[in-house]
Amino acid sequence: MRFVAVTSCPTGIAHTYMAAEALEQTGKAQGHEVTVETQGSIGSEPLDPATIAAADGVIFAADLEVKERERFAGLPSVDVGVKRAVHEPAVVLAEAVAAVEAAASAPAAERPVAAPAARPQSASGATKVRQWLMTGVSHMIPFVAAGGILIALSFMLAQVAWGGAEGAVEVTSADASAVFASFDPLSLQHWAVVLNATGGLAFGFLVPVLSGYIAYAIADRPGLVPGFVGGAAAGLVGAGFLGGLVTGFAAGFVALWISRWKVAKGVRGIMPVVVIPLLSSLVIGVLMLVVLGRPIAAAMDGLTSWLGGLQGASILLLGALLGAMMGFDLGGPVNKVAYTFGVTGLATVGLAPDAPQYKVMAAVMLAGMVAPLALALATVVRPRLFTEVERENGKAAWLLGASFISEGAIPFAAADPWRVIVASTVGSAVTGAVSMGMGVTLVAPHGGVWVLPLVGNAFGFVVAVLAGVVVACALVVLLKQTRKVPAAAAAVAGAEA
Amino acid sequence: MTNQLITADLVAIDLAATTKDDVIEVLAERLAAAGRVTDGETFAADVRAREAQTPTGLPGQVGLPHAKSDAVLTPSLAVATVPGGVDFSCPDGPATLVFLIAAPAMGDNVHLQILAKLARKLMSAEFMESVRGAADAETLAAIVTEAVSA
Repeated sequence: MRFVAVTSCPTGIAHTYMAAEALEQTGKAQGHEVTVETQGSIGSEPLDPATIAAADGVIFAADLEVKERERFAGLPSVDVGVKRAVHEPAVVLAEAVAAVEAAASAPAAERPVAAPAARPQSASGATKVRQWLMTGVSHMIPFVAAGGILIALSFMLAQVAWGGAEGAVEVTSADASAVFASFDPLSLQHWAVVLNATGGLAFGFLVPVLSGYIAYAIADRPGLVPGFVGGAAAGLVGAGFLGGLVTGFAAGFVALWISRWKVAKGVRGIMPVVVIPLLSSLVIGVLMLVVLGRPIAAAMDGLTSWLGGLQGASILLLGALLGAMMGFDLGGPVNKVAYTFGVTGLATVGLAPDAPQYKVMAAVMLAGMVAPLALALATVVRPRLFTEVERENGKAAWLLGASFISEGAIPFAAADPWRVIVASTVGSAVTGAVSMGMGVTLVAPHGGVWVLPLVGNAFGFVVAVLAGVVVACALVVLLKQTRKVPAAAAAVAGAEA
Repeated sequence: MTNQLITADLVAIDLAATTKDDVIEVLAERLAAAGRVTDGETFAADVRAREAQTPTGLPGQVGLPHAKSDAVLTPSLAVATVPGGVDFSCPDGPATLVFLIAAPAMGDNVHLQILAKLARKLMSAEFMESVRGAADAETLAAIVTEAVSA
């Protein structure tokens, strides 16, 4: 078998490399190919994506958080800690082999992300840019979630506390520092103000975190400081998330460039703590504050007012387009572009509760729920059209869809790509358009039905999802019935193979 | 040659120590005497702190205390053979061979790569056998030096 492995240890000088050696040598002796990424103090030489794609399983012999763990998503894995890899590499390898064999015999529903061909063959330019972007976005999402939900809760409390819809306005105009100074645990108004302020603080990190972790993805640790500083600068000049994207990439490349300078031996020691952060922050700060800030701020204002100005047919069209993108590749790059558009919209400062950005987020999330739900429904209404394994998948897909995990539909799409994708794209587009049309709003970036209490217009939420699910389900049934070979026959063959 | 990881004065053959802290202290003092760490006490404390996280005993009765420390000037290795054995929580008994690795808090990659190479070597039964078979400090230092420069 072919394995990839990641090793790391607290100091990063000894066990990281001993574990790597032990796994490689033991693998060689047992006829397995083991390729190791040592995440030690020399930085890490990342595994070739092609090697990861070709691997049967992954061994995490890491005492530290595995960097960029998402690269291994879907691979059968064992998590053993670095010490066991050093002390008993043969046992560890045996466990890894067992994990691969167990995964091979498990129903596909338990590993929805392991869809074939979802992995890039090699890290082309576009793939890399997407990975950098997604590193930033994935670090930002928890901040959006924490901040968004706190603010939504604060608005809900405020409506009770002030007795009416005016509460949402009152809570933002209240004198927050006076409330903190004389906090009354029995006052709902005070709680609303505190939740609102806490959520606001979490939101304040959105653009810096986005920018910082894009830079981190590009340049590793040297990128963090200029990335965060650049993101904060973008916030200061009102360039928002667009500015944060620019500073993230600029900071990453500046830091990478400076860290590759050949310098005198005496200076080398202070490069990472003084020289790189100092120079790169200076460059990025000047760039954003003086050069790029104003044009980007103007573009941001343009985007916001364009969204706000959308009416009638064009708002439906935007919803349909975003929905179609969500349903097209089920968690792939097109889906992520639409999703990123939705999430970054949330990061715009000072939105009204019914701002178009919240409608976009709702349309995006609801559309992303359609495909798994529609296929789950289809396996129930027309079980004959699906294989045994697919019917099992259908049961999991209910939960995955309800939780906004579009990837739940991947096992279906992998087995019968064009019929499933056509149905999913059309159904998701319907949901997107209906959601926008009915003015459903959402302040949380994720969560499916579990964030229903935070949704503006819950009735519209249900209608929009149902409409798309029914359309997609009907389409997939229709398309599958036109197929010449009945699925039932294939199902038997598939189950026995 | 300051580039060398280990010299004969950093090797203690047949050390009569009874605890792992003794061994760490003796070797840390040797590193200080050789001018490779600024202060043996500080470095020994950093090593003990790392040891407190998880003991570094390896299969084959080997102890591998190590630390990244501000006190370290030159990446270095000090070795002791302890016939009586000291407890490093090795899976198969007390450690009779102890490698102390000193890494600077901020080293450049070239030096850290040598340490990484050494760590990989420690997994080689052949290498360990020849280290244990070394008759004196000079031979042992030469064996290690050759292994990491190969």
